[in-house]
Amino acid sequence: MLSLLLIILAATFFTGIIIRTKSIASGRKGPGIFQPIKDVIRLFKKGAVYSETTSFVFQIAPTIYFASVFVAMLVVPFGQSKGIISFNGDFIFFAYVLGLGKFFSIIGAMDTGSSFEGMGASREALYSMFAEPAFFILMGSLALLTGFTSFQEIFSALHLGSSISYALAVMAAIVFLLIAMIENSRMPLDDPKTHLELTMVHEVMILDNSGFDLGLILTAGYLKFAIYGAIIFNLFSGTIAFGYAIPMFFAMQLFLALAIGMIESFMARFRMNHNAQFIVVLSSVSLLIFFGALLVSGKFI
Amino acid sequence: MNLVLGFILIPVIAICLIPFLKLKGKAIVVYAAVSLIAGLTSYVAIKSLIGQVFDLTLQGSLVSGDIRLQVDALSAWFMLIINFVFITGGFYGLFYMSAYSNQPKNLSLHGILFVLLYTALISLCVIQNSIVFLIAWEIMALSAFLSIIFEHEKIATIKAGINYLIQSHVSILFLMIGFIWVASKTGSYDFNAIHSYSTASSPAISLMLYLFFFIGFAIKAGFVPFHTWLPYAHPAAPAHISGIMSGVMIKIGIFGILRMLLLINLDYTIIGSFILIISIVSGLYGVMLAILQHNLKKLLAYHSIENIGIIGIGIGLGCIGLGTNNPVLSSLGFAGALLHTLNHSLFKSLLFFTAGNVYQSTHTLDIEKLGGLAKKMPQTTILFLIAALAICGLPPFNGFISEFILYSGLFTSMHNATITSLIGIIFTITGLVLIGGLAIMCFTKAFGVVFLGNPRHEVHHKVEERPFAQLLPLYFIAAFIGFIGLFPNVFLDLLIRPVQLFTGLHHLPFVSFQGNGIDALAAVSKASWFLLAFVLLLLGIRKLVLHRKIVSISPTWNCGYTVPTAKIQYTASSFVKTYSKLLGMIFLIFKNGEKVVGVFPAAVHLETHPYDKIEKWFIDSPITNIKSFLGRFRFFQNGQLQFYILYGIIFIVAIISIPIIYDQVNLFIEFLKQL
Repeated sequence: MLSLLLIILAATFFTGIIIRTKSIASGRKGPGIFQPIKDVIRLFKKGAVYSETTSFVFQIAPTIYFASVFVAMLVVPFGQSKGIISFNGDFIFFAYVLGLGKFFSIIGAMDTGSSFEGMGASREALYSMFAEPAFFILMGSLALLTGFTSFQEIFSALHLGSSISYALAVMAAIVFLLIAMIENSRMPLDDPKTHLELTMVHEVMILDNSGFDLGLILTAGYLKFAIYGAIIFNLFSGTIAFGYAIPMFFAMQLFLALAIGMIESFMARFRMNHNAQFIVVLSSVSLLIFFGALLVSGKFI
Repeated sequence: MNLVLGFILIPVIAICLIPFLKLKGKAIVVYAAVSLIAGLTSYVAIKSLIGQVFDLTLQGSLVSGDIRLQVDALSAWFMLIINFVFITGGFYGLFYMSAYSNQPKNLSLHGILFVLLYTALISLCVIQNSIVFLIAWEIMALSAFLSIIFEHEKIATIKAGINYLIQSHVSILFLMIGFIWVASKTGSYDFNAIHSYSTASSPAISLMLYLFFFIGFAIKAGFVPFHTWLPYAHPAAPAHISGIMSGVMIKIGIFGILRMLLLINLDYTIIGSFILIISIVSGLYGVMLAILQHNLKKLLAYHSIENIGIIGIGIGLGCIGLGTNNPVLSSLGFAGALLHTLNHSLFKSLLFFTAGNVYQSTHTLDIEKLGGLAKKMPQTTILFLIAALAICGLPPFNGFISEFILYSGLFTSMHNATITSLIGIIFTITGLVLIGGLAIMCFTKAFGVVFLGNPRHEVHHKVEERPFAQLLPLYFIAAFIGFIGLFPNVFLDLLIRPVQLFTGLHHLPFVSFQGNGIDALAAVSKASWFLLAFVLLLLGIRKLVLHRKIVSISPTWNCGYTVPTAKIQYTASSFVKTYSKLLGMIFLIFKNGEKVVGVFPAAVHLETHPYDKIEKWFIDSPITNIKSFLGRFRFFQNGQLQFYILYGIIFIVAIISIPIIYDQVNLFIEFLKQL
């Protein structure tokens, strides 16, 4: 329950901070950090325009996409306090429920019959396919390290005793951060602020969405950032008391948002055909973590 | 005894009646026979699944010995699956075949074969005598062959049929070798003889024996590299037959593999690793090629290979669990495999049936020519979507449950695993995840291109939804898919007895999730319910919100382009272009066409045909080699009668003279020795 509230709170400012960081880095003043939320509220109040090509799929897709992200959020714990849904193997559910959302966002894009949106859909399908193994190998290594198979138990048992496990946690944090970037189609893979449809991934998929639906999709994106931020925080939280953990949580989210803003300000987008290779690197890093976990758990003898 | 008599009499009477009836009568008799058999066998199967094993010995002939019939929990599970698919598939088939009502003779034959195929499949689950088993197996193979070539006037269909016929006989060959091997050593054709023979002989011999059976059954099941008949046979057959073939007939191969596991005493770790590796390869290879296919049914056929791979992963894990005395891994592995067998038979038959609807309405299966069916066939679209989500293993549908069981087995067995098995586990997990991701890519492509957007090809007749009666069985299947997804525990309970047969091999208990304090499947079902409820709630809110707002309809945004056509839509090939380029070394794609030249190029034409590399290596190249070798002896067959008479005379002379010469040579050698 606690994690739900905190993630929603973090989601309200996360994207705003990214945008603010980017504008300050480029010498502009930029909008306030709650501007994205204001945008969404405005969208919720608007009517909608639907393409004449679309069918019922286009109507339900954004809703299911949002629902999948929301349900995935319920699985994420906060330190000692469990998520609302918590069971052995809940991270499998987490990944697959996000997969459901992805499925619908892809077919929603295909429903418009636009070549641009098909392009984005194709890229999204490919990248998420490549990114998935990294998550599972990583969770597998953590399960091996701790001996548990649910998010909350893994994170609360993740004692950072030796220096190797610190290295592992840092590497895991990097992998999660990069997965978050892929999931949200952010900078090194996709430029959310680009103006050319041919080079977009996520933005081009939602070209035809408007009003309430677009609001849902944007909100889901904000939530996704905060969800991954929460997971990264959980890697380090261990058994810290709530009094310290909650401020730490917000500090962590703030730091991640700043980091993403800085990355986006000073890094150019990859060429499209380099993206797949970049994502495969993620799986290799997770394999490295897996071998690290083997080392720590003393299986290497 | 009466049950057996009834079981034999029903199909015999039906088969005798069918040719003499009018069309409607044929349909009624076929379906009545199918439902009667289904009722009868389900009764036996359910009794067996709750603990009353059916066991009966019939007096056989001198050759076969006594014929033992047995319905244990494993048989019962497969019989129930077969029954469900035949009941729904038969009903669907009645309407599907009504398009061919101008060929009554062909339909009689088809009806007879349908009943025969069904009877043979059920008998295979029951018979415990190798000779009778092989006879039933042959009946199944032949009736399936004749059902596939229903549209025999098409060359591609006949070719696919013959391909299937030959490969299924190669499979019979392997089974025969296995059975004869045992019979020659023990003198008995009973299945128990296999067990007693394998316990008495060394592990290496048991392993060899198992491998013969495995190859035989794997050809039927479609494990890579024995899968090459599947992608031809499934598209060629009528939709209900493809659904049944993919739904249950290839599962009889899985049944055989499992049955032999029960009978043959093996080193389970070795065989488990073997099955696991071959299954991961099958799963990945199947889905990788599925993505490239342009023909909807061929795409589904490759997905069958993928799903057989997932089932195989479960069996492999179960075996490894047995070998390493890990009750959790072995229980969850076999439970996942058996549940996925059921799940796959459901969503795959649903997919083939909906593909049949698409074919009947549009007369094409080429997905590049389809599009925009969601508006014309909304019910088929929803049914296909449900099946597609289920096959991708997404919650809240049934595919997720079986994959979740497999994942749980893998993750929970990590703690006390050795380093080698850990590496195996992590690669299995990676394989399963990749299979899932690729399946999502494949079905977003298939669904998106076939049902969404605008039609890519002009159809000169009206495309409309199939009649409701034809859709009725599909709704049943879809409901069942949802039911398993939302109430998985019911099925896990039903699986206790079948799985105990396997875990009992090493005296391991059946351990589901309870051991860890939390019953994970109950939680999964709760989460799925929650997801469903939340989606519905959100859709309600959306409706309320949009109710008061201005909602308008306008063309798709086209980047300022003013004359959009259906041609500028993304096609299936373009959707997977990056993917096929990235993994190019695995595929074999033939391209025919001209290059685009000049500033104002003329119209050009390009065709691509994905081909199966393994088929090229394992089937095509050996055949070409054998052909070219045997071609050297062609001059013998020159069509002149004189030569044939000459061959005959040479043969007779040889037959007479060779023994004489042999004796002479012997004499000469004796003579030499005396010197």
